[in-house]
Amino acid sequence: MAVNSVLPPSTGRRQVSWGTPLTYALALAIAAVSIAPVIYVVIGGFRTTPQIVADPAGLPDPFVWDNYARVLTQSNFWQQAFNSAVIALGTTLAVVVLGLAAAFVLARYRFRGREGLYTFFTLGLLFPAGAAILPLYLMLRDLNLINSYYAVILPQVAFSLPLTIVILRPFLSAIPRELEDAAAIDGASRLGFLWRVAMPLSRPALVTVGVLAFVASWNSFLLPLLVLSDVNLHTLPLGVQNFSSQYTTDTAGVLAFTSLAMLPALLFFTLAEKQIVGGLQGAVKG
Amino acid sequence: MTSANQIRMPAGGASASPAGPHRAGRDSARRADNRRKWYEIIGLTTPAVLIYVMFVLVPMGFAVYYSLFRWRGVGPPTEFVGLRNYTLAFQDPIFLDALRNNAIIVFGSLLIQGPIALGVALLLNRRFRGRAVFRLLVFVPYVLAEVTVGIMWKLLLTGDGTVDALMRSLGMGGLVQAWLADLDVVIWTLLAILTWKYVGFAIILLLAGLSNVPDELTEAAAIDGASWWQIQRHVTIPLLGPTIRIWMFLSMIGSLQIFDMIWVTSVPAVRSLGASATMATYMVDNGFFARLWGYGNAVAVILFVISFVAALLFQRFLLRRDIEGAITGRAK
Repeated sequence: MAVNSVLPPSTGRRQVSWGTPLTYALALAIAAVSIAPVIYVVIGGFRTTPQIVADPAGLPDPFVWDNYARVLTQSNFWQQAFNSAVIALGTTLAVVVLGLAAAFVLARYRFRGREGLYTFFTLGLLFPAGAAILPLYLMLRDLNLINSYYAVILPQVAFSLPLTIVILRPFLSAIPRELEDAAAIDGASRLGFLWRVAMPLSRPALVTVGVLAFVASWNSFLLPLLVLSDVNLHTLPLGVQNFSSQYTTDTAGVLAFTSLAMLPALLFFTLAEKQIVGGLQGAVKG
Repeated sequence: MTSANQIRMPAGGASASPAGPHRAGRDSARRADNRRKWYEIIGLTTPAVLIYVMFVLVPMGFAVYYSLFRWRGVGPPTEFVGLRNYTLAFQDPIFLDALRNNAIIVFGSLLIQGPIALGVALLLNRRFRGRAVFRLLVFVPYVLAEVTVGIMWKLLLTGDGTVDALMRSLGMGGLVQAWLADLDVVIWTLLAILTWKYVGFAIILLLAGLSNVPDELTEAAAIDGASWWQIQRHVTIPLLGPTIRIWMFLSMIGSLQIFDMIWVTSVPAVRSLGASATMATYMVDNGFFARLWGYGNAVAVILFVISFVAALLFQRFLLRRDIEGAITGRAK
């Protein structure tokens, strides 16, 4: 798995051909069903609420920019996007650093109890984050962390570590022994080897792990819902929910807010699609 | 730490004692390196171990403890009630409804998404122009936050809203329902939304699995005169087994814990009647918002045990070999 996913996918060797009409009809239908509701929401943001009520499935006539302008200038959108970004970046950074350090030891050191430690981490894959949410809240309350970025970041890091270690370890194990010996001859310590050789070589896996942690954090809702009651700390998913329940009659505004909240995830996904799909494929390839 | 060390220790001591000072120096250098190795092991793993133990394992332990008390969350729990919270939960018809809804979501997701995804993946398992774009589009619902998806569908499904208007214009006006308010309909509406959101994930996963099936095998079968369907049935699908089982595993675990989408899409009144509650929403409604902390933690433990047992059973009987390579990575 590891070595395979480091190499670029072997496309291009074979001439890419046109598919059969049936292939295209099917692909088009599936793609349309997937994307149509999203497009509807984005376009709906350019209509007025009376327009939407009169003809729910119609097109904007005339085009109205007011909803988007209103959301961007008068709501907490920017504040919430900032909070989401801080929490997602903090989570990603911590997951990658801690996960890499632990996976490096589990991959490149021989010591008694190594497999036990690895199993100990993989056990975490069976612990559903949702089930732990109530005691987690109580613990964060006792630690005085409620209403701080840490209240979201720390548990998210903890629950992302098992998968991160599971993905990173085979990558680090696959680095040939000769490279480590060569680095040792050049005077590099084991930590020097980690910093100068292992880390650069496992960059694709680090990116995959980082992207998965980022997306999960960006979209998370239950944990922020419980631990961030301070409106100034709300993240985008909380913002979308609040906005929609606060302005129930302002359908057009809710549509605009919802599409603006989707936008960062969609942009990020378009840029990192290869890593996300690659990470999933890596998990499947085994 | 016991047997092997005890055997090795005297051997090392024996080889060191008759040797000259040179040997002894190298031995102490090795010992120093060994000590440094242990410092590195401890230094590099401790942060991950600490945060993992503190925020994943310890809370579950506390959940078990709190679940034995009647406790409103203020001060330390004192009113010990034994297993009463658990028996109360299983006597509450709303909780039983939540269990039923989770079962509907688990099996509904597997039975609806599985065949759709398999069919689509098999038909699209060929390189064609625009495949990358298709892959991107199909994946969009999966990447969006469940909350966003929930709000979006809530708007689309409002009474006389977009979906209703669309159905009427297609001559299906008779089928229009109070999608999110009718107590008998809402769970199926939610299942449909979940299908929309997660079927793309299944398709992508299966396409990835299919790309690992060697062309030589299907080509050989074709030369032997097998039809397209026979090739899929006897060559491709069996080889896809591990991917299908891993998808089933992920889908099952996700369905048992489902919260976000249900929470934002369903009307609280409908949820409190049980029609759209799941174990997770029931837990948060009762434990966090109604401040029945002891009871809520008992529900958390039930949710945890059900997920854990389901995962173990699944691993034991279905994943056995796959799991080593795929979910837990290669052990060696």
